[in-house]
Amino acid sequence: MSVLIFVELDNGSIKKTSLEAVTYGAEVAKATGTTATALAIGTSDASELAKAGAYGAAKVLHANATELANENAMAYASVLAAAIQQENSEVVILPKSGLCDAMSARAAAKLGASVVSGVTDLPDLSNGFKVKRSIFTGKAFANVEVKGAVKILGIKKNAVEAVAGSGTAEVVVFSPSLVGGDFVAKVISQEKASGELSLTEADIIVSGGRGMKGPDNWQPLLDLAHALGAATGCSKPVSDLDWRPHHEHIGQTGIKVAPNLYIACGISGAIQHLAGVNSSKVIVAINKDPEAPFFKAADYGIVGDVFDILPRLTKAVLDTK
Amino acid sequence: MKILVCITNVPDTTAKISFIENDTKFNKAGVQFIIGPYDDYALARAVELKEQTGGSITVLNVGEADSDPQIRKALAIGADSAVRVNCDPQDSYFTAAQIAAVAKEENFDLILMGRESIDFNSGVVHGLVGELLGIPSFSPVMKLDIEGNTAKFAREIEGGKEYLEAPLPLVLGCQEPIAEWKIPNMRGIMTARTKPLKVVEPVAVGDMATLDKYTLPAPKGACKMIPADQAETLISLLKTEAKVL
Ligand SMILES: Cc1cc2nc3c(=O)[nH]c(=O)nc-3n(C[C@H](O)[C@H](O)[C@H](O)COP(=O)(O)OP(=O)(O)OC[C@H]3O[C@@H](n4cnc5c(N)ncnc54)[C@H](O)[C@@H]3O)c2cc1C
Ligand SMILES: Nc1ncnc2c1ncn2[C@@H]1O[C@H](COP(=O)(O)O)[C@@H](O)[C@H]1O
Repeated sequence: MSVLIFVELDNGSIKKTSLEAVTYGAEVAKATGTTATALAIGTSDASELAKAGAYGAAKVLHANATELANENAMAYASVLAAAIQQENSEVVILPKSGLCDAMSARAAAKLGASVVSGVTDLPDLSNGFKVKRSIFTGKAFANVEVKGAVKILGIKKNAVEAVAGSGTAEVVVFSPSLVGGDFVAKVISQEKASGELSLTEADIIVSGGRGMKGPDNWQPLLDLAHALGAATGCSKPVSDLDWRPHHEHIGQTGIKVAPNLYIACGISGAIQHLAGVNSSKVIVAINKDPEAPFFKAADYGIVGDVFDILPRLTKAVLDTK
Repeated sequence: MKILVCITNVPDTTAKISFIENDTKFNKAGVQFIIGPYDDYALARAVELKEQTGGSITVLNVGEADSDPQIRKALAIGADSAVRVNCDPQDSYFTAAQIAAVAKEENFDLILMGRESIDFNSGVVHGLVGELLGIPSFSPVMKLDIEGNTAKFAREIEGGKEYLEAPLPLVLGCQEPIAEWKIPNMRGIMTARTKPLKVVEPVAVGDMATLDKYTLPAPKGACKMIPADQAETLISLLKTEAKVL
């Protein structure tokens, strides 16, 4: 009966958005009079996984067969479905991510479950099971009643605040039988930037647009990001022009981010860019054009030249540390 | 090679979103509709693959008659035939079940979709369809080549890319730079008029999730402007006022 929460691992550690998912799941468990069980797939230590207990999980299932070392959404979906069945879970929570969307979809089709992704708040249980989800790329919300016997929810960053308590969780090895068909794809190679902060997890993002003028001018922006411990992003033309790597592209057709602070440097604020950042808590726009549309979407604005402003902000951050 | 491309009919990316009928219906008045931008990438790559290997492209939309202009546009860009499942889908599972029902009738080698629709933003229809058909699905795919019966493709992963190979048939959710968006030419527009567009009725699916009502986000407050010569004060405001540092 327990609420099941899938936690994503990054180098063996539970990601922050997954801790939010555990908190969310524990809240639902409390409201429905049951317990929360977390599921982790891949290599990790029992001591790290036990941390889910502090966020409300009573138990952590750990599937760590060697075949599962690579993030394989189809195999992970089969493991998720097996865990849902073993735990007899009616509510299943995943953080929203590419991996989790694929897992929740395939698991839902296996079990005939409802799947609702992009959920922004805790469910309303007063009359059925209702959730609010983000639609039209952050421009609106839909309140939907989830009707399947099994309900799989993908929750957005900041849907709840993850607060550590004093609970502990028991870590149990979980080894369902693996499905051969899930492994038909051969991974030929991976290119992964190492040591970079993940954009979807980041609390602060410093992002640059065409106003940065060229790929060689990024240092002042990187310096500010470094001083703030921020991840870096960019507008679509910047990645189209290869000034910055594609995985930094934010917006309607790129990554959707939800940091506490988004600093836009030399980005005009086209609606398609704003669609990727409108879930940010606080937005700062720096642009030399006082008419730039970004100022309409921002909380703080500076009309000025990025090459003058950025180094001064970096210095101000370092001076107050 | 037989390719199925699933397209959404969605408000233009600059459209203002509003609702009518007690916030239970999207207000289509004055809104320009487009093929979903990611679906447009999928379609563009399908057209290029067909040029290389021959075969046919079918486009599929689960939607009402107002999708037809976008379906005709897809035919003008290079699809050979179209199917529209006549309904107003409210839920990803329902949509996926319709797509799977059409796909079961024919053996497509490749089912291309967008990584996500820009109205529902779910990113789940490809996975659902893959599982309902019992074939693999991958997303988001940013590079795709077909050699014989094998797809060689690159998928975006966090902070980078993964190169994969898998046997057909497959369901793939696509994004740029898989191909450049294509604009229909005059000849395409003329021939599109006579290409077949079959309208079928939906198959029954149990209620999975139903809409209660839509809401809009609270309007943003005014932007606090900081004079450029006092730019440094931003940092203290972010600390003490906004409390995000
Ligand atoms: C279907 C569709 C999807 C799209 N998806 C996306 C998306 O996902 N993400 C995205 O970003 N875009 C997207 N776009 C493109 C979008 O419409 C804009 O073209 C793009 O966001 C503009 O990027 P930019 O602001 O970097 O460049 P520009 O519009 O060229 O703006 C540059 C800005 O820099 C300012 N500037 C110049 N020099 C300086 C200086 N020295 N100091 C300070 N400011 C300076 C200028 O005043 C200007 O405001 C999409 C478009 C379409 C049609
Ligand atoms: N109503 C629909 N008709 C046809 N294809 C659809 C429909 N809805 C979603 N799709 C396809 O599924 C992809 C992912 O959609 P979604 O899961 O809603 O984000 C889209 O990019 C389309 O390719």
